[in-house]
Amino acid sequence: MEITVEEDKCVGAGQCVLVAPEVFDQRDDDGIVILLDARPPAAQHDATRQAAQVCPAAAILVRG
Amino acid sequence: MTNRRVVVVGASAAGLATAEALRRFGHDGPLVLIGEETHPPYDRPPLSKQLLSGAWHPDKLALTGVGDLELRLGAEAIELDVDARQVRLDDGSRVGYDDLVVATGARARRLPGTDGIGGVHVLRTLDDALALREALTAKPHLLVVGGGFVGAEAAAVARELGCPVTLVTDIAQPMGDVLGTELGAMLAGLHREHGVVVHTGAAVEEIVHERGRASGVRVKGGTTLEAGLILVGIGAQPNVEWLGGSGLTLGNGVECDETLYAGHGVWAAGDVASWPDPRTGVRHRIEHRTNAGEQGIAVARNLLAGRAAATAFTTVPYVWSDQYDRKIQIYGSTRGADDIRVVEGSTGEGRLIALYAKNGVVSAAVGINMIRALRGYRALVADAAPWTSVIEGAA
Repeated sequence: MEITVEEDKCVGAGQCVLVAPEVFDQRDDDGIVILLDARPPAAQHDATRQAAQVCPAAAILVRG
Repeated sequence: MTNRRVVVVGASAAGLATAEALRRFGHDGPLVLIGEETHPPYDRPPLSKQLLSGAWHPDKLALTGVGDLELRLGAEAIELDVDARQVRLDDGSRVGYDDLVVATGARARRLPGTDGIGGVHVLRTLDDALALREALTAKPHLLVVGGGFVGAEAAAVARELGCPVTLVTDIAQPMGDVLGTELGAMLAGLHREHGVVVHTGAAVEEIVHERGRASGVRVKGGTTLEAGLILVGIGAQPNVEWLGGSGLTLGNGVECDETLYAGHGVWAAGDVASWPDPRTGVRHRIEHRTNAGEQGIAVARNLLAGRAAATAFTTVPYVWSDQYDRKIQIYGSTRGADDIRVVEGSTGEGRLIALYAKNGVVSAAVGINMIRALRGYRALVADAAPWTSVIEGAA
């Protein structure tokens, strides 16, 4: 699995952090997504896919 | 289950989330997604923001991610026969299903008697947004009817494009019904600082027009406000008319049970779906982007699990709005709050977090330009924390 995020689309909703806190975080100043792990382990795959789907800005792309 | 044919009516956020989640959770049977608009599925929140301002090309709104489905665009569902398990489309064809998901969303409310009058716009679809954007290029005087998020966002964009802007709302403050008096006043002040003429407590009675083009609005009391371009932002209504006579219960939306099951082999998700909160029994219909995604996922899970194993849908609603350099975020439900406390920042600083109380518990958390910090307050809303604990904590 490989993840990319589009920072300019991110609205800082933080929904990804709520679902997959080991994969995503938010910047302190503007709340924009921080990708902690672009290739998360298998144990994180379900949560990562869920995070990508609940992102209200469709800013997370998951491949594989 | 795997060979069951699932048909999803509605190809926006909720319908697409349902389809995507069905595949993710293992449905490998036929999957049909029917959309009324001719555009491939796109995201709506940027319509009143980056798309309207011209910062983004429409291609950037594309919603992708679902492979292996039959996508039927430009096809309006006009009738449902739950006995035959068929959806009839406007071209006369019928689409059969084993399981149906209704995700037909909502449409912009319009002012009566304005059909065919030039210069009167709504903002709900990509075509709406492109038409309004085109109209704004001549820098006309824009008059926004309505004090909700869409109107306020469009007012902000139009000011940034250099248009004179008037905003007219029948409530005491723009967004005041959602945010309360103090935060509503702060945002009204923000719009005034940016040059918007804000008329509050003013109910628009009619659009004034000459030779087929709008020239202004008449408000209650007889005053006429002149403007060549009108944006009507007075909310949305659920698209349920096509389900009339189907046997589904229709009220303010498609009335579902706690699991988003509407009866007769039909589920519903997104702006069109009404369901009772399992904690309170109170029925809600939510028009937020995040809710559309969450309900789509929940319907996919419940549909595949079967009714006996379906679980109740619960959520902490989340919505955001961008106006000028401010980002407003809301967890929970602010309407009808009994008390509001600013717990971080202040209106003077232009950045704050406020908590809202209803019936003795925390009902909502609102942030303005305190984006990451607000997330820490979400649990108070999710847990319906006692309001006394908040007040004592702040004291």
